Amino acid sequence: MKRIDCLKAIYPELEDCAVVTIMGAVAAELYSLGHRANFFYLEHAMGLASSIGLGIALAQPGRKVVVIDGDGSVLMNLGGLTTLARSRPKNLVHLIFDNETLLSVGGGAPGGYKWFTTATSTGTDLAGIARAAGFPKAQTVRELDDFEEAALDALDGGELSCIVAKVEAEMPKSFLMDVHMLENRFEFPRALQQPPRDRAALRRPTRIAKEQPTTIPALKSREE
Amino acid sequence: MPVSVANSQLVYDAMKGVGVTLVSALPETWLVHLIRMADEDPDMTLVRLAKEEEGVGISAGAHFAGVKSAMLMQNHGFLQAINGIVGVSLLYKIPLLMLITDRGGFGEKDPWQTEGGKHTRPVLDALHIAHDDLTRPDDVQPTMAKAMTLAQSSLSPVALLLNRDLMWEEPR
Repeated sequence: MKRIDCLKAIYPELEDCAVVTIMGAVAAELYSLGHRANFFYLEHAMGLASSIGLGIALAQPGRKVVVIDGDGSVLMNLGGLTTLARSRPKNLVHLIFDNETLLSVGGGAPGGYKWFTTATSTGTDLAGIARAAGFPKAQTVRELDDFEEAALDALDGGELSCIVAKVEAEMPKSFLMDVHMLENRFEFPRALQQPPRDRAALRRPTRIAKEQPTTIPALKSREE
Repeated sequence: MPVSVANSQLVYDAMKGVGVTLVSALPETWLVHLIRMADEDPDMTLVRLAKEEEGVGISAGAHFAGVKSAMLMQNHGFLQAINGIVGVSLLYKIPLLMLITDRGGFGEKDPWQTEGGKHTRPVLDALHIAHDDLTRPDDVQPTMAKAMTLAQSSLSPVALLLNRDLMWEEPR
């Protein structure tokens, strides 16, 4: 499963959300799909994306907050999972792309070669940790269909949830982002001043073309 | 416990007076009343942290979402949060009000508190973070107001060091 395909699957759903991403590949790939003022890319302070998301979620309980995290960052702030779990914001979805490597800080190389892996490569189970921390819902997904279903359910749902998506350790096509950190820092709170619309009014995402039509009822109903 | 309830109330009221509605905290002896007041106040959101650095992120998120916040911590909590302060507050120019109980100075009886207190001001100065001591009850409200004003206008972290003379009442 590729990170970019997961991001494409949820991109249309992020329109009214407050989206906080980590640095590096996740930020660059989300940006490559089309930057929006309601996306904040945390280019440093690894581990704190989920804490920023928690601050937003507590301050604006009526807005859906999506934190797009990575295994390396989450491992730097495991205590933050316990703080999220005990605060239990109903409006926060914690997506973790787990490529089992510190890809964006130099731990990956073109071609998917991993020379600085994280502990998830030797068995650390982030969804298990999130569940044990007290997340009401946390799961690991390995296939794009499963990611899409889980992510859309989480976005539509009314409880704190965590989805760990096992993805390839692939570099983004480009790290280029033509939005300065400070420009992003000032446009983001301005976007959060706009009241969020009712999520039900938002259009559903365009399904990614597949060779075989899906037979999963939950997905079928979304296509109708 | 000789932590001053009256002066904790002064600090708490001053914090609310400058518009703070979200507080993140880790406890230490001098903070017990302040944290209890936040917990008992239905108009205050209290986030109990696992580690202080998280509070920097939470405050940044709250700021983005239009809410004023503060962090309650001790010297070592501040020292623990440095990477977040540099990588979020300073790098992204985000206001941050830090209330730091200042252990380890004159009168400190706990040997384990004596190192952290020694380094707090030099580290604040090294990071060019404006700070002031809260020592006298009369200064609490005006100094808090000025600290918040500077944090908001400079989009920077500021620190108020809660001193022994304010927070601690020696048993007679």
